[in-house]
Amino acid sequence: MEEEGVSMRFPACRKSLAIGVAGLAVWWLLYASLEPIAAWFTYSLCGLAKETRLGATVEFFVFESPKVLMLLALVVFGVGIIRSFFTPERTRQILSRKSESVGNVLAALLGIVTPFCSCSAVPLFIGFVTTGVPLGVTFSFLVSSPMVNEVALVLLFGLFGWKVAAIYLSTGLTIAILSGWVIGRLRMEKYVEDWVFQTQVGDTGLQAELDWPARIRLGVDAVKDIVGHVWPYVLLGIGVGAGIHGYVPENFMAAIMGKGAWWSVPLAVLIGVPMYSNAAGIIPIVQALLGKGAALGTVLAFMMAVIALSLPEAIILRKVLKPRLLAVFFGVVALGIMTVGYLFNAIM
Amino acid sequence: MKKIQILGTGCLKCKTLMANAEAAVQALGVEAQFEKVEKIADIMKFGVMVTPALVVDGVVKSAGKVLSPDEIEKYLG
Repeated sequence: MEEEGVSMRFPACRKSLAIGVAGLAVWWLLYASLEPIAAWFTYSLCGLAKETRLGATVEFFVFESPKVLMLLALVVFGVGIIRSFFTPERTRQILSRKSESVGNVLAALLGIVTPFCSCSAVPLFIGFVTTGVPLGVTFSFLVSSPMVNEVALVLLFGLFGWKVAAIYLSTGLTIAILSGWVIGRLRMEKYVEDWVFQTQVGDTGLQAELDWPARIRLGVDAVKDIVGHVWPYVLLGIGVGAGIHGYVPENFMAAIMGKGAWWSVPLAVLIGVPMYSNAAGIIPIVQALLGKGAALGTVLAFMMAVIALSLPEAIILRKVLKPRLLAVFFGVVALGIMTVGYLFNAIM
Repeated sequence: MKKIQILGTGCLKCKTLMANAEAAVQALGVEAQFEKVEKIADIMKFGVMVTPALVVDGVVKSAGKVLSPDEIEKYLG
Protein backbone atom coordinates (compact mmCIF):
# COMPACT_ATOMS: atom_id res chain seq x y z
CA MET A 1 0.00 0.00 0.00
CA GLU A 2 2.71 2.42 1.03
CA GLU A 3 4.80 1.80 -2.07
CA GLU A 4 1.90 2.67 -4.30
CA GLY A 5 1.46 5.90 -2.36
CA VAL A 6 5.12 6.74 -2.80
CA SER A 7 5.23 6.23 -6.55
CA MET A 8 2.02 8.21 -7.04
CA ARG A 9 3.43 11.17 -5.17
CA PHE A 10 6.89 10.94 -6.61
CA PRO A 11 7.74 14.67 -6.87
CA ALA A 12 6.73 15.29 -3.25
CA CYS A 13 8.69 12.23 -2.21
CA ARG A 14 11.82 13.36 -4.07
CA LYS A 15 11.60 16.81 -2.52
CA SER A 16 11.24 15.31 0.96
CA LEU A 17 14.19 13.04 0.27
CA ALA A 18 16.38 15.96 -0.84
CA ILE A 19 15.48 17.95 2.28
CA GLY A 20 16.13 14.87 4.38
CA VAL A 21 19.61 14.29 2.92
CA ALA A 22 20.53 17.97 3.28
CA GLY A 23 19.26 18.00 6.85
CA LEU A 24 21.27 14.90 7.69
CA ALA A 25 24.44 16.47 6.23
CA VAL A 26 23.98 19.62 8.33
CA TRP A 27 23.30 17.45 11.38
CA TRP A 28 26.47 15.45 10.81
CA LEU A 29 28.65 18.55 10.28
CA LEU A 30 27.37 20.07 13.52
CA TYR A 31 27.74 16.79 15.39
CA ALA A 32 31.31 16.29 14.20
CA SER A 33 32.35 19.78 15.27
CA LEU A 34 30.92 19.55 18.79
CA GLU A 35 34.16 18.39 20.36
CA PRO A 36 36.41 21.17 19.03
CA ILE A 37 33.68 23.75 19.78
CA ALA A 38 33.43 22.52 23.38
CA ALA A 39 37.22 22.70 23.80
CA TRP A 40 37.33 26.17 22.24
CA PHE A 41 34.44 27.38 24.45
CA THR A 42 36.00 26.05 27.65
CA TYR A 43 39.65 26.95 27.22
CA SER A 44 39.64 29.95 24.87
CA LEU A 45 36.34 31.73 25.44
CA CYS A 46 36.01 31.06 29.18
CA GLY A 47 39.77 31.03 29.65
CA LEU A 48 39.78 28.01 31.94
CA ALA A 49 43.09 26.25 32.42
CA LYS A 50 43.51 22.77 30.95
CA GLU A 51 44.02 19.80 33.27
CA THR A 52 41.92 21.41 36.03
CA ARG A 53 38.79 19.96 37.62
CA LEU A 54 36.67 22.96 36.66
CA GLY A 55 37.95 22.87 33.09
CA ALA A 56 37.22 19.15 32.74
CA THR A 57 33.75 19.59 34.23
CA VAL A 58 32.79 22.48 31.95
CA GLU A 59 34.18 20.82 28.83
CA PHE A 60 32.33 17.58 29.64
CA PHE A 61 29.03 19.42 30.05
CA VAL A 62 29.42 21.66 26.99
CA PHE A 63 30.33 18.66 24.82
CA GLU A 64 27.91 16.05 26.17
CA SER A 65 24.70 18.13 26.36
CA PRO A 66 24.38 19.05 22.67
CA LYS A 67 25.75 15.61 21.69
CA VAL A 68 23.05 13.69 23.53
CA LEU A 69 20.27 16.11 22.55
CA MET A 70 21.28 15.93 18.86
CA LEU A 71 21.40 12.14 18.94
CA LEU A 72 18.01 12.13 20.65
CA ALA A 73 16.48 14.47 18.07
CA LEU A 74 17.76 12.38 15.15
CA VAL A 75 16.61 9.03 16.56
CA VAL A 76 13.24 10.35 17.77
CA PHE A 77 12.66 11.78 14.29
CA GLY A 78 13.52 8.44 12.66
CA VAL A 79 11.40 6.44 15.08
CA GLY A 80 8.56 8.96 14.62
CA ILE A 81 8.55 8.11 10.92
CA ILE A 82 8.77 4.36 11.57
CA ARG A 83 5.88 4.70 14.02
CA SER A 84 3.67 6.19 11.34
CA PHE A 85 3.66 2.69 9.82
CA PHE A 86 2.70 0.96 13.06
CA THR A 87 -0.62 2.14 14.43
CA PRO A 88 -2.04 0.14 17.36
CA GLU A 89 -4.67 -1.23 14.94
CA ARG A 90 -1.96 -2.56 12.65
CA THR A 91 0.01 -4.03 15.56
CA ARG A 92 -3.10 -5.79 16.83
CA GLN A 93 -3.80 -7.16 13.36
CA ILE A 94 -0.28 -8.58 13.13
CA LEU A 95 -0.44 -10.12 16.61
CA SER A 96 -3.92 -11.65 16.42
CA ARG A 97 -2.88 -14.09 13.73
CA LYS A 98 0.23 -15.42 15.42
CA SER A 99 0.85 -18.49 17.54
CA GLU A 100 1.89 -17.84 21.10
CA SER A 101 5.71 -18.10 21.13
CA VAL A 102 6.19 -16.23 17.86
CA GLY A 103 3.57 -13.79 19.11
CA ASN A 104 5.53 -13.02 22.29
CA VAL A 105 8.66 -12.18 20.29
CA LEU A 106 6.76 -10.05 17.78
CA ALA A 107 4.81 -8.28 20.52
CA ALA A 108 8.00 -7.34 22.35
CA LEU A 109 9.55 -6.01 19.12
CA LEU A 110 6.40 -4.13 18.11
CA GLY A 111 6.30 -2.65 21.62
CA ILE A 112 9.43 -0.66 20.73
CA VAL A 113 7.78 1.12 17.82
CA THR A 114 4.09 1.27 18.79
CA PRO A 115 3.38 4.39 20.79
CA PHE A 116 1.02 4.49 23.73
CA CYS A 117 0.92 6.44 26.94
CA SER A 118 0.05 4.90 30.29
CA CYS A 119 -3.46 6.38 30.22
CA SER A 120 -4.16 4.19 27.16
CA ALA A 121 -3.12 0.94 28.86
CA VAL A 122 -6.69 -0.14 29.62
CA PRO A 123 -8.32 0.53 26.21
CA LEU A 124 -5.29 -1.05 24.56
CA PHE A 125 -5.51 -4.13 26.76
CA ILE A 126 -9.24 -4.55 26.02
CA GLY A 127 -8.72 -3.87 22.32
CA PHE A 128 -6.06 -6.59 22.15
CA VAL A 129 -7.58 -9.42 24.22
CA THR A 130 -11.11 -9.09 22.82
CA THR A 131 -9.94 -9.41 19.24
CA GLY A 132 -7.96 -12.59 19.57
CA VAL A 133 -4.52 -11.49 20.73
CA PRO A 134 -3.53 -14.12 23.36
CA LEU A 135 -3.26 -12.83 26.95
CA GLY A 136 0.45 -13.62 27.27
CA VAL A 137 1.24 -11.91 23.96
CA THR A 138 -0.66 -8.83 25.13
CA PHE A 139 1.49 -8.76 28.28
CA SER A 140 4.70 -9.01 26.25
CA PHE A 141 3.56 -5.87 24.49
CA LEU A 142 2.55 -4.08 27.68
CA VAL A 143 5.96 -4.77 29.25
CA SER A 144 8.12 -3.93 26.26
CA SER A 145 6.35 -0.76 25.14
CA PRO A 146 7.23 1.49 28.10
CA MET A 147 10.51 -0.22 29.06
CA VAL A 148 12.29 -0.59 25.73
CA ASN A 149 12.00 2.64 23.82
CA GLU A 150 14.14 4.92 21.73
CA VAL A 151 14.56 7.57 24.44
CA ALA A 152 15.98 5.07 26.94
CA LEU A 153 18.28 3.58 24.31
CA VAL A 154 19.65 6.90 23.02
CA LEU A 155 20.29 8.21 26.51
CA LEU A 156 22.08 5.04 27.56
CA PHE A 157 24.08 5.04 24.32
CA GLY A 158 24.98 8.73 24.57
CA LEU A 159 25.97 8.63 28.24
CA PHE A 160 27.32 5.13 28.84
CA GLY A 161 28.24 3.78 25.40
CA TRP A 162 26.80 1.23 23.01
CA LYS A 163 27.47 -1.79 25.22
CA VAL A 164 25.18 -0.60 28.00
CA ALA A 165 22.51 0.36 25.44
CA ALA A 166 22.77 -3.06 23.76
CA ILE A 167 22.56 -4.88 27.10
CA TYR A 168 19.50 -2.85 28.02
CA LEU A 169 17.81 -3.53 24.67
CA SER A 170 18.44 -7.27 24.63
CA THR A 171 17.61 -7.94 28.29
CA GLY A 172 14.55 -5.65 28.18
CA LEU A 173 13.19 -7.56 25.18
CA THR A 174 14.00 -10.90 26.83
CA ILE A 175 12.10 -9.93 29.98
CA ALA A 176 9.10 -8.82 27.91
CA ILE A 177 9.10 -12.01 25.84
CA LEU A 178 9.58 -14.41 28.76
CA SER A 179 7.21 -12.79 31.23
CA GLY A 180 4.46 -12.73 28.58
CA TRP A 181 5.20 -16.34 27.73
CA VAL A 182 5.04 -17.41 31.40
CA ILE A 183 1.72 -15.62 31.92
CA GLY A 184 0.41 -17.36 28.79
CA ARG A 185 1.52 -20.77 30.10
CA LEU A 186 -0.14 -20.14 33.46
CA ARG A 187 -3.52 -19.94 31.67
CA MET A 188 -4.75 -16.98 33.62
CA GLU A 189 -7.54 -15.84 31.30
CA LYS A 190 -10.11 -16.35 34.06
CA TYR A 191 -8.32 -13.72 36.15
CA VAL A 192 -9.14 -11.03 33.66
CA GLU A 193 -12.14 -9.03 34.93
CA ASP A 194 -15.32 -10.54 33.47
CA TRP A 195 -16.62 -7.34 31.92
CA VAL A 196 -13.57 -7.08 29.67
CA PHE A 197 -14.65 -9.91 27.38
CA GLN A 198 -18.23 -8.61 27.32
CA THR A 199 -17.11 -5.21 26.07
CA GLN A 200 -18.25 -4.43 22.58
CA VAL A 201 -15.30 -3.26 20.57
CA GLY A 202 -16.07 -1.28 17.45
CA ASP A 203 -13.93 -0.44 14.46
CA THR A 204 -12.51 3.07 14.22
CA GLY A 205 -12.68 3.02 10.44
CA LEU A 206 -9.56 5.16 10.50
CA GLN A 207 -7.60 4.78 7.29
CA ALA A 208 -3.95 5.50 7.97
CA GLU A 209 -3.05 6.23 4.36
CA LEU A 210 -0.29 8.73 4.91
CA ASP A 211 1.96 10.28 2.31
CA TRP A 212 5.62 11.03 2.95
CA PRO A 213 5.24 14.70 3.82
CA ALA A 214 2.68 13.66 6.45
CA ARG A 215 5.05 11.03 7.87
CA ILE A 216 7.85 13.58 8.04
CA ARG A 217 5.51 15.98 9.84
CA LEU A 218 4.83 13.19 12.35
CA GLY A 219 8.60 12.78 12.82
CA VAL A 220 9.00 16.52 13.45
CA ASP A 221 6.04 16.48 15.85
CA ALA A 222 7.65 13.61 17.75
CA VAL A 223 10.91 15.57 18.09
CA LYS A 224 9.08 18.68 19.34
CA ASP A 225 6.97 16.66 21.76
CA ILE A 226 9.58 14.24 23.14
CA VAL A 227 12.75 16.35 23.05
CA GLY A 228 10.67 19.30 24.28
CA HIS A 229 9.70 17.29 27.34
CA VAL A 230 12.90 15.42 28.20
CA TRP A 231 15.63 18.02 27.66
CA PRO A 232 15.64 19.26 31.30
CA TYR A 233 16.22 15.68 32.52
CA VAL A 234 18.97 15.16 29.99
CA LEU A 235 20.74 18.34 31.07
CA LEU A 236 20.29 17.42 34.72
CA GLY A 237 21.66 13.94 34.02
CA ILE A 238 24.70 15.30 32.23
CA GLY A 239 25.14 17.97 34.90
CA VAL A 240 25.23 15.27 37.57
CA GLY A 241 27.63 13.32 35.39
CA ALA A 242 29.83 16.39 34.89
CA GLY A 243 29.93 17.05 38.62
CA ILE A 244 30.99 13.48 39.33
CA HIS A 245 33.43 13.58 36.44
CA GLY A 246 35.31 16.46 38.02
CA TYR A 247 34.80 16.13 41.75
CA VAL A 248 33.23 13.19 43.54
CA PRO A 249 35.61 10.34 44.33
CA GLU A 250 34.84 7.02 42.66
CA ASN A 251 33.52 4.06 44.61
CA PHE A 252 31.51 6.31 46.88
CA MET A 253 28.46 4.03 46.48
CA ALA A 254 30.40 0.81 46.10
CA ALA A 255 29.71 -0.39 49.63
CA ILE A 256 25.91 -0.11 49.36
CA MET A 257 25.24 -0.76 45.69
CA GLY A 258 28.43 -2.41 44.53
CA LYS A 259 28.86 -5.98 43.36
CA GLY A 260 29.73 -7.19 46.84
CA ALA A 261 26.33 -6.46 48.34
CA TRP A 262 24.11 -9.38 47.20
CA TRP A 263 20.95 -7.78 48.57
CA SER A 264 21.42 -4.61 46.54
CA VAL A 265 19.63 -6.02 43.45
CA PRO A 266 16.36 -7.04 45.15
CA LEU A 267 16.47 -3.83 47.16
CA ALA A 268 16.90 -1.74 44.00
CA VAL A 269 13.93 -3.51 42.38
CA LEU A 270 11.82 -3.20 45.53
CA ILE A 271 12.45 0.54 45.68
CA GLY A 272 12.05 0.96 41.91
CA VAL A 273 8.77 -0.89 41.34
CA PRO A 274 6.37 1.56 43.04
CA MET A 275 8.17 4.60 41.61
CA TYR A 276 6.85 6.14 38.45
CA SER A 277 9.04 7.87 35.92
CA ASN A 278 9.78 7.75 32.23
CA ALA A 279 13.18 6.78 30.88
CA ALA A 280 14.46 10.36 30.73
CA GLY A 281 13.53 11.22 34.31
CA ILE A 282 15.49 8.31 35.73
CA ILE A 283 18.69 9.05 33.80
CA PRO A 284 20.11 11.65 36.24
CA ILE A 285 19.79 9.12 39.06
CA VAL A 286 21.33 6.35 36.97
CA GLN A 287 24.19 8.66 36.08
CA ALA A 288 24.80 9.53 39.73
CA LEU A 289 24.68 5.91 40.93
CA LEU A 290 26.97 4.54 38.21
CA GLY A 291 29.42 7.41 38.60
CA LYS A 292 29.76 6.77 42.29
CA GLY A 293 30.64 3.12 41.90
CA ALA A 294 27.29 1.32 42.00
CA ALA A 295 27.32 -1.93 40.02
CA LEU A 296 25.94 -1.84 36.46
CA GLY A 297 23.50 -4.74 36.97
CA THR A 298 22.04 -3.18 40.09
CA VAL A 299 21.56 0.19 38.39
CA LEU A 300 20.01 -1.33 35.25
CA ALA A 301 17.64 -3.35 37.43
CA PHE A 302 16.64 -0.19 39.26
CA MET A 303 16.05 1.69 35.99
CA MET A 304 13.96 -1.13 34.51
CA ALA A 305 11.89 -1.49 37.67
CA VAL A 306 11.10 2.22 37.71
CA ILE A 307 10.02 2.53 34.08
CA ALA A 308 8.40 -0.88 33.50
CA LEU A 309 6.31 -1.14 36.66
CA SER A 310 4.71 1.47 38.87
CA LEU A 311 2.02 1.97 41.46
CA PRO A 312 -0.13 4.19 39.19
CA GLU A 313 0.07 1.51 36.49
CA ALA A 314 -1.06 -1.14 38.97
CA ILE A 315 -4.05 0.98 39.91
CA ILE A 316 -4.95 1.54 36.26
CA LEU A 317 -4.57 -2.15 35.34
CA ARG A 318 -6.58 -3.27 38.39
CA LYS A 319 -9.67 -2.18 36.40
CA VAL A 320 -9.12 -5.02 33.95
CA LEU A 321 -7.09 -7.56 35.95
CA LYS A 322 -8.18 -9.45 39.05
CA PRO A 323 -5.69 -9.09 41.95
CA ARG A 324 -4.16 -12.50 41.33
CA LEU A 325 -3.22 -11.81 37.71
CA LEU A 326 -2.01 -8.33 38.62
CA ALA A 327 0.24 -9.82 41.31
CA VAL A 328 1.55 -12.50 38.94
CA PHE A 329 2.27 -9.86 36.29
CA PHE A 330 4.24 -7.64 38.67
CA GLY A 331 5.93 -10.67 40.28
CA VAL A 332 7.09 -12.24 37.02
CA VAL A 333 8.41 -8.98 35.58
CA ALA A 334 10.15 -8.04 38.85
CA LEU A 335 11.76 -11.49 38.97
CA GLY A 336 12.97 -11.08 35.38
CA ILE A 337 14.48 -7.70 36.22
CA MET A 338 16.26 -9.12 39.28
CA THR A 339 17.73 -11.92 37.17
CA VAL A 340 19.11 -9.33 34.75
CA GLY A 341 20.62 -7.42 37.66
CA TYR A 342 22.40 -10.47 39.07
CA LEU A 343 23.48 -11.65 35.63
CA PHE A 344 25.27 -8.41 34.84
CA ASN A 345 26.80 -8.02 38.23
CA ALA A 346 28.23 -11.51 37.75
CA ILE A 347 29.67 -11.10 34.25
CA MET A 348 30.73 -7.45 34.04
CA MET B 1 -24.76 21.64 14.03
CA LYS B 2 -21.71 19.45 14.54
CA LYS B 3 -21.44 16.89 17.27
CA ILE B 4 -17.92 16.72 18.64
CA GLN B 5 -16.92 13.97 21.05
CA ILE B 6 -13.59 13.78 22.86
CA LEU B 7 -12.69 10.25 23.92
CA GLY B 8 -10.36 9.77 26.87
CA THR B 9 -10.27 8.81 30.50
CA GLY B 10 -9.60 12.33 31.71
CA CYS B 11 -5.85 12.65 31.40
CA LEU B 12 -4.10 15.93 30.64
CA LYS B 13 -3.88 15.19 26.91
CA CYS B 14 -7.65 14.75 26.71
CA LYS B 15 -8.21 18.13 28.31
CA THR B 16 -5.80 19.78 25.88
CA LEU B 17 -7.59 18.18 22.93
CA MET B 18 -10.94 19.43 24.26
CA ALA B 19 -9.58 22.97 24.59
CA ASN B 20 -8.11 22.81 21.06
CA ALA B 21 -11.42 21.57 19.63
CA GLU B 22 -13.22 24.46 21.30
CA ALA B 23 -10.68 26.88 19.83
CA ALA B 24 -11.16 25.36 16.37
CA VAL B 25 -14.95 25.71 16.60
CA GLN B 26 -14.62 29.34 17.65
CA ALA B 27 -12.20 30.10 14.84
CA LEU B 28 -14.51 28.56 12.24
CA GLY B 29 -17.62 30.13 13.74
CA VAL B 30 -19.64 26.91 13.37
CA GLU B 31 -22.18 25.66 15.84
CA ALA B 32 -21.12 22.59 17.72
CA GLN B 33 -22.16 20.46 20.61
CA PHE B 34 -19.40 18.98 22.77
CA GLU B 35 -19.36 15.75 24.70
CA LYS B 36 -16.68 14.11 26.82
CA VAL B 37 -16.69 10.32 26.54
CA GLU B 38 -14.88 9.03 29.60
CA LYS B 39 -16.26 5.54 30.25
CA ILE B 40 -14.01 2.78 28.92
CA ALA B 41 -16.90 0.74 27.56
CA ASP B 42 -18.14 3.76 25.57
CA ILE B 43 -14.65 4.49 24.26
CA MET B 44 -14.26 0.87 23.15
CA LYS B 45 -17.50 1.05 21.14
CA PHE B 46 -15.69 3.40 18.80
CA GLY B 47 -12.85 0.87 18.53
CA VAL B 48 -10.37 3.42 19.86
CA MET B 49 -7.36 1.88 21.65
CA VAL B 50 -5.22 4.94 22.20
CA THR B 51 -6.60 8.11 23.71
CA PRO B 52 -7.30 10.96 23.29
CA ALA B 53 -9.49 10.56 20.23
CA LEU B 54 -11.57 13.03 18.25
CA VAL B 55 -14.98 12.00 16.94
CA VAL B 56 -17.03 14.28 14.69
CA ASP B 57 -20.66 13.36 14.00
CA GLY B 58 -20.03 9.80 15.12
CA VAL B 59 -16.96 9.26 12.92
CA VAL B 60 -13.50 8.73 14.47
CA LYS B 61 -11.16 11.32 12.96
CA SER B 62 -8.01 10.75 14.97
CA ALA B 63 -6.78 8.62 17.86
CA GLY B 64 -3.78 8.84 20.17
CA LYS B 65 -2.82 12.36 19.20
CA VAL B 66 -3.36 15.85 20.59
CA LEU B 67 -4.39 17.68 17.43
CA SER B 68 -3.74 21.40 17.12
CA PRO B 69 -6.74 23.72 16.55
CA ASP B 70 -5.64 24.06 12.89
CA GLU B 71 -5.67 20.32 12.36
CA ILE B 72 -9.09 20.02 13.99
CA GLU B 73 -10.49 22.75 11.70
CA LYS B 74 -9.76 20.51 8.70
CA TYR B 75 -11.98 17.80 10.15
CA LEU B 76 -14.79 20.25 10.83
CA GLY B 77 -14.87 21.89 7.41
